[in-house]
Amino acid sequence: MESDPKPLKFFTPEATESTELPLAESIVHAGFPSPADDFLEGALDLNDLVIKHPEATFFARVEGDSMKDDGIVEGDILVVDKAVEPYDGCLAVVYLDGEFTLKRVRFEAAGIRLIPANPKYPVIEIRPDEPFEVWGVVNWVVKPV
Amino acid sequence: MYGLCDCNNFYASCERVFDPSLEGRPVIVLSNNDGCVIARSNEAKRLGIAMGQPYYQLRDLMRQHEIAVFSANFVLYGDMSRRVMNLLRQFVPAIEVYSIDEAFLDFTGMDTESLDEQGHRMARTIRQQTGIPVSIGIAPTKTLAKIASKLCKRYPKLAGCCLLNQSEDIEKVLNRFPIDEVWGIGRQWKRLLEVHGIRTAQDFVRLPESWIRQKMHVVGLRTWRELQGEACIGFEQIPTTKKQIATTRTFDREVEDYEELHRRVAQYTGACAEKLRRQRSVCGEMRVFILTNRHNENRPQSYESRLVKLSVPTDDTLELTALAARMLRSIYRKGYGYKRAGIVLSDLRPKEGQQCDLFDTADRTKHTQLMKTVDALNTTYGRHKIRTAAEGPEPFKMNRNHLSRRYTTDWNQIIKVKA
Repeated sequence: MESDPKPLKFFTPEATESTELPLAESIVHAGFPSPADDFLEGALDLNDLVIKHPEATFFARVEGDSMKDDGIVEGDILVVDKAVEPYDGCLAVVYLDGEFTLKRVRFEAAGIRLIPANPKYPVIEIRPDEPFEVWGVVNWVVKPV
Repeated sequence: MYGLCDCNNFYASCERVFDPSLEGRPVIVLSNNDGCVIARSNEAKRLGIAMGQPYYQLRDLMRQHEIAVFSANFVLYGDMSRRVMNLLRQFVPAIEVYSIDEAFLDFTGMDTESLDEQGHRMARTIRQQTGIPVSIGIAPTKTLAKIASKLCKRYPKLAGCCLLNQSEDIEKVLNRFPIDEVWGIGRQWKRLLEVHGIRTAQDFVRLPESWIRQKMHVVGLRTWRELQGEACIGFEQIPTTKKQIATTRTFDREVEDYEELHRRVAQYTGACAEKLRRQRSVCGEMRVFILTNRHNENRPQSYESRLVKLSVPTDDTLELTALAARMLRSIYRKGYGYKRAGIVLSDLRPKEGQQCDLFDTADRTKHTQLMKTVDALNTTYGRHKIRTAAEGPEPFKMNRNHLSRRYTTDWNQIIKVKA
């Protein structure tokens, strides 16, 4: 995640189907064969980059500015991967007090802490007896610039 | 060895994935038009809510308990089902998708010793990656695998997987398993078996083979053998084409007007014929039925149905629509408030290799081409874009007052996260 509010431009991935790739073109023409045919590698697919576990990947839209110093602002689309085991310091969608929240999760000896990326917001301490669930880990953010 | 993976209370579980506050609360999902209950969470089952119960009968219960109600969101359930099935495919060489929330698993050639652990790993993975809880039964036959999966639901301690392999274990289970809950023992057999004092699966297994063969024929015999660990029902990887295709709907209100009923029946016919063409079949029979509101006892009741046999099997929407209209005309009676109607296509056969009829007057080649074009246009530009005039200007709106969002298939409806 970049702290620069204007990171690279991402395009919205097509999450439904994979794209058909050309294997070899210019097969029928009698003229000169394309010298590139032997070197065809197929086009790049953004899905390959941002979706590691298609069955476990869900998208979510950001509301609010508590993560703005991490470069995540209102309207951004989160790529949430439920297959990734939550780890200390991960950015995650958590379910807390009846709503989904985006925070950085710290697993510490004293308990779990949810860290915002905006000084205006407090750190949230999770008591050991409090119901708390990491819904999914966020590895990519899709946003216009 | 065979496995059966069944998603627990699938529709209710799908709703819970995207609204964790529903955890621990009774959840029910209603059929199209919010007519009756088609799925219940365990909490809702405990309240005594029955499968198929009309929604209006639950009013008192709704007031007493905090029951979460949803209109069926089949777009969401279909997508979640796809995810679960794809995960299953990663674990076993082959799966047979049996319904939206069930699949048989092929464990052939896998080490029996490790199956229990493997099954538990599958259940855990599916739960973690999709949020859907599943029950996996593993046994020497499909029928026993079904039983094992049901045991998982009954005993949460099994943690999502039950391996049923040792003959002592199987006998112990069958001794307590009600025969009418066994796969393949339908309502018709239940009666017969009750009369003969057969209550458990083990009672059934103890019956002599000749008795089963005589009273329940080969189908019953198959179940009898399967319960004893002899696999008789094979694995079908390729989805079999359906034996029957139906589109039936309960309306949001009672309909008396013939024109409206006609439009509805035409829409169901169009939908049915499209499904028929998708599986490349033709039908030799069509049934049309209409019925009044069973739950409105103050009005006259009527259930009318008519079957027509076609001299030449067809998949042509135009031909079927004209026929459906003629049948509807003959069964419709003025002054009745109809609440439900449907079209059932049966006697299905493959379209390829269809025999010609000497006296056939229709230009089948031309109509086949027309239907192909219509289907292609509807695939590209959206469903119902091209339809028969009989279907009217637009599909009837369904009553779906409790519809959740299409969280996984529409960019404008994905979950919202507070940052």
